[in-house]
Amino acid sequence: MSNPDLQQYWRKNLKYLAILLSIWFIVSYGCGILFVDTLNNIKMGGFPLGFWFAQQGAIYVFVALIFVYVILMNRLDKSFNVDEK
Amino acid sequence: MDIQTWTLIIVGLTFLLYIAVAIWARAGSTKEFYVAGGGVSPLANGMATAADWMSAASYLSMAGLISFTGYAGSQYLMGWTGGYVLLALLLAPYLRKFGKFTVPDFIGERYYSRQARLVALICAIFVSFTYVVGQMKGVGVAFSRFLEVPFEQGILIGICIVFFYAVLGGMKGITYTQVAQYCVLIFAFTVPAIFISLQMVGNPIPQIGMGGTLSDGTYLLDKLNKLSTDLGFAEYTSAGINDRINVFFITAALMFGTAGLPHVIVRFFTVPKVRDARKSAGYALLFIAILYTTAPAVAAFARTNLLQTVSNQSYTQMPDWFSKWETSGLIKFNDLNKDGLIQYVADPAVNELTIDRDIMVLANPEIANLPAWVIALVVAGGLAAALSTAAGLLLVIATSISHDLLKNYLRPNISEKGELIAARVAIALAVVGAGIAGMNPPGFVAQVVALAFGLAASSFFPAIILGIFDKRMNKEGAIAGMIVGILFTAAYIIYFKPQLGGPGTPEGLWFGIKPEGIGTLGMLINLVVALLVSRLTPPPSAEVQQMVEDIRIPRGAGEAVGH
Repeated sequence: MSNPDLQQYWRKNLKYLAILLSIWFIVSYGCGILFVDTLNNIKMGGFPLGFWFAQQGAIYVFVALIFVYVILMNRLDKSFNVDEK
Repeated sequence: MDIQTWTLIIVGLTFLLYIAVAIWARAGSTKEFYVAGGGVSPLANGMATAADWMSAASYLSMAGLISFTGYAGSQYLMGWTGGYVLLALLLAPYLRKFGKFTVPDFIGERYYSRQARLVALICAIFVSFTYVVGQMKGVGVAFSRFLEVPFEQGILIGICIVFFYAVLGGMKGITYTQVAQYCVLIFAFTVPAIFISLQMVGNPIPQIGMGGTLSDGTYLLDKLNKLSTDLGFAEYTSAGINDRINVFFITAALMFGTAGLPHVIVRFFTVPKVRDARKSAGYALLFIAILYTTAPAVAAFARTNLLQTVSNQSYTQMPDWFSKWETSGLIKFNDLNKDGLIQYVADPAVNELTIDRDIMVLANPEIANLPAWVIALVVAGGLAAALSTAAGLLLVIATSISHDLLKNYLRPNISEKGELIAARVAIALAVVGAGIAGMNPPGFVAQVVALAFGLAASSFFPAIILGIFDKRMNKEGAIAGMIVGILFTAAYIIYFKPQLGGPGTPEGLWFGIKPEGIGTLGMLINLVVALLVSRLTPPPSAEVQQMVEDIRIPRGAGEAVGH
């Protein structure tokens, strides 16, 4: 694999990381910690919303993030022809 | 049949299962002992990682902590799951591509230095040992209740069993046994939760039932908030002012610590491909999430039940479980005002009841009057959780000593057979040491474990991450960062943990950060020191920079190899 290609592959990877990790930060530190009081004023069934994010919601999002990353990277590996045979 | 008989039967059966699996898959070579020969499927590896990961702290202690702290307990839930995102995105695929046995292997090679490797090695042993101590307390709690013996004897029994079990297997045996243990522990954790959820809110899914309504029409969480505030405790679902910064720091320390824990990272060396390493982290978190989303529901149910059962009730009318836990010394009642009723309130001058938080998961099914076999199942699950983690950790300690220390530093000519013997002797010494320390650990199981994460976060995480993402990082930077990070964190913890003889008082805490959360600051200091030092010293050689380029692309990952 040539050097410019490799750099482009790596930049794409870093872009995915930046987007996914921003979501990771927002659902946990954002919704679950920093803005928990504000969100707690909103009720979702019997749950205050901030409390729900901290004890349930963030975890569901974490699982989804990893699988999204797996799909994105498998596609990226193929398109740059660096996937494992 | 009574609880005791059921427990003996179920624990006995599960142990037979583990031993059968361990014998079927026992390790013959050092490679099978360290990384299971590198041929485990991502799904099986995900389950094994989940069992390895979910320890006595997750299983026995976490729901109890959440139960007693409400919102503040979220730090454990988010912290111990969010780290997997970091692991899957930032570490696992690259370390798998790198393809060696251990974290010190990576550090040593990436930073082309035996000193760096030695520093990493010492950090790995230190972190893993702290963690095993937490497990031993968990094992002690489980045995003391189930055999109705004092806590210290419970730990001694635990030492014997863990010893026998970990010495036999090696990574290959441990991986497949952990798959079995995952099934046992997740079944044992969710079944009582489903029962209790049906009983209290009429919904079979605890994750939803937690937000459901009780028979009197009020929401469970609203009722719990009211019960708590009536007795002077904080509202269950609200974040206190002092909580916020600690929840933030502790969550972060646990997340970054997860991604830096040697016994978790080594798991991703056991799958055949880079692609599998990514997927395996996803499966692992999925399996972990099943328990981690059930635990807060268990916590809320247990707290509500507990307050309703004991508060202002007559001591002589207490159910059977109450006196049994009193025998183990983990529930204490002192009738201060001699009225024969139990005053369980926040004010320490009036409060008459102290409950060790670690008993909540084990006691919960009894408090809810579930059938005896369910209670027995919970004990078996707790033992599965503690044993699988202890075994995984002991393996890391053994690997560190026999492979990293002995083979690389002290006795380079050691034979493969000698190395296996050394590994097993190392396990024996570690388990006895951990058992002794477990009899007098600083704090609750989950808190002891939280300290180990702080140490991992402040030492390994930056060194590994910079090794992959910063080509310019050199050995001077990495070593300086690791040493400053772990020393700072360890010093703060020792200074502010009264159980460790530290002189610090809560008023002296920096920004109010508790010792459990200081690893986050230690990690930031590590990052800054590493970056500064590396920019002031010469860059790594062209070969090392080429190696970094190479681990960034998946193609060409061979099997994990030794030296």
